[in-house]
Amino acid sequence: MNTATNMLNHLTDLTISPRLAKNLRRNIKERIIEFILMLAALSAVFTTFSIVAILLYESFGFFKTVSLVEFFTGTEWTPLFEDAHYGIMPLISGTLTTSLVALALAVPVGTIAAIYLSEFASHKTREITKPILELLVGVPTIAFGYFALLFVTPLLQKIYPDLPGFNMLSAGLVMGVMIVPYIASVAEDAMRAVPMSMREGSYAMGATRFQTALRVVTPAATSGIVAAYILAVSRAVGETMVVAVAAGQQPTLTFNPIDGAATITAYIVQVAMGDLPHGSIGYQSIFAAGLVLFAMTLCFNLIGHVVRKKYREQY
Amino acid sequence: MVTTSTPLKAESKNLNFYYSNGHQALKSVNMPIYENKITALIGPSGCGKSTFLRCFNRMHDLYPGNKYEGQIVMHPDNTNILAAGVDPIEVRMRISMVFQKPNPFPKTIFENVAYGLRVRDEKNKRVVADKVEEALKGASLWNEVKDRLDDLAFNLSGGQQQRLCIARALATDPEIMLFDEPTSALDPIATANIEELMDELRGKLTILVVTHNMQQAARISDYTAYMYLGEMMEYGDTDTIFTRPVRKETEDYITGKFG
Repeated sequence: MNTATNMLNHLTDLTISPRLAKNLRRNIKERIIEFILMLAALSAVFTTFSIVAILLYESFGFFKTVSLVEFFTGTEWTPLFEDAHYGIMPLISGTLTTSLVALALAVPVGTIAAIYLSEFASHKTREITKPILELLVGVPTIAFGYFALLFVTPLLQKIYPDLPGFNMLSAGLVMGVMIVPYIASVAEDAMRAVPMSMREGSYAMGATRFQTALRVVTPAATSGIVAAYILAVSRAVGETMVVAVAAGQQPTLTFNPIDGAATITAYIVQVAMGDLPHGSIGYQSIFAAGLVLFAMTLCFNLIGHVVRKKYREQY
Repeated sequence: MVTTSTPLKAESKNLNFYYSNGHQALKSVNMPIYENKITALIGPSGCGKSTFLRCFNRMHDLYPGNKYEGQIVMHPDNTNILAAGVDPIEVRMRISMVFQKPNPFPKTIFENVAYGLRVRDEKNKRVVADKVEEALKGASLWNEVKDRLDDLAFNLSGGQQQRLCIARALATDPEIMLFDEPTSALDPIATANIEELMDELRGKLTILVVTHNMQQAARISDYTAYMYLGEMMEYGDTDTIFTRPVRKETEDYITGKFG
């Protein structure tokens, strides 16, 4: 093998023409460019790994004081009180409930909006509607938070007078409105990517627009639509300002959207705004909460990845 | 020439067609389509043969701004399927189509063939299953797929996918079937299979096929129309067109002098 390679090298040395010989300066330039590009790519990887490392390191100190059993089975989260309890469940329940309310609104509305934009709207309507929808993404989330607290909650209280001023329903609904453009935009791109030949096949069979959209285009775009949902879940779970402002900051173990409760993110922002001594248990608790949040998002992304692979486009 | 005993299935009368950009793709095309015969449309690229074919199931209606003038009359009911009051969906219920590139749906083999029945709201499972089997047999695909009807259609080979698309079109008992260059994306063996299949459908179904393969037109069709620049240059029974064309242009195209 080795001798063969040597012989080959020898042969190429013999036959190479000066014009084809490697240009040293060009070669070095290419290498430098390659190195810079690699650095840029690595910076993202490096940041992610350092975040995980810091989360793990600080949580390690937290779990020296608090047992994992107490952390995952405790029903009270009061790390800053005299009588401190460290059960993460109330924060998880708050996170899940607000996210579920948001998704219950955003998934159907976003999907229907995507189907409308991709399959029914005229070119002109789409050119006007889509940018407006995407403008919603640019609204600062704090504005959405106060919109929930000062507009949606009073509105809901007219229908249901016993609704507390801080509640997960209002926060979840507004979060849902916030997420609709994400789903609509990503799902619409996926549906528009379905080749026209597939639609023509459906129409040629005598299908209506609605049948074509629902029975052919939507299944063909499943992978992209699922990607949109995953993006939405990650948004909902990680959303901070809306829930911190409108859902209250009282950790409560409840899945009832009428109640007020704190989410993981709301707790982190609450603690971060106070001044806790570095290294104290309260300080460390936000890293433990952050680690849980990170694990949740990672789980959803993994599920999404598997589902997307299963339904990836094959046309 | 054309035997008068064969009944007409459809007829285009002074058909003009304009794309939304104003381009006139068909110029006063007159052509008979005989029942249970295969009519081939040949001509160089851009001559309007596909445009003409797609008028028959109103495919052009999917894109805004396209305009038909003239008539395509369906027999025996004498309906002008291009008339303003005619619902394109009704037209497509009667005339089905097979495309250039196999375009199965992201569904199982069974559901692909059952699609036309599903959009026609056929609820009877027995009827659907029978029709699917019949259509797959009609498309010579049944023996290859009968044990894996629940597989995704994308798992079939290109030639099988095209026969699946033929089965899908057959399942709804169309009166006319349109083939738009059905073998141009297939290898020679799959092409031979499709041609054999079309030959079997002769006498049972009215077929209109666009092809840019002259040998194919000569092999499978009963009648041939030569089109050029949106005009019908010559129409006649296939033997005559290929052996004794009347016009010089037709002869030049068929003998490969241009095209």
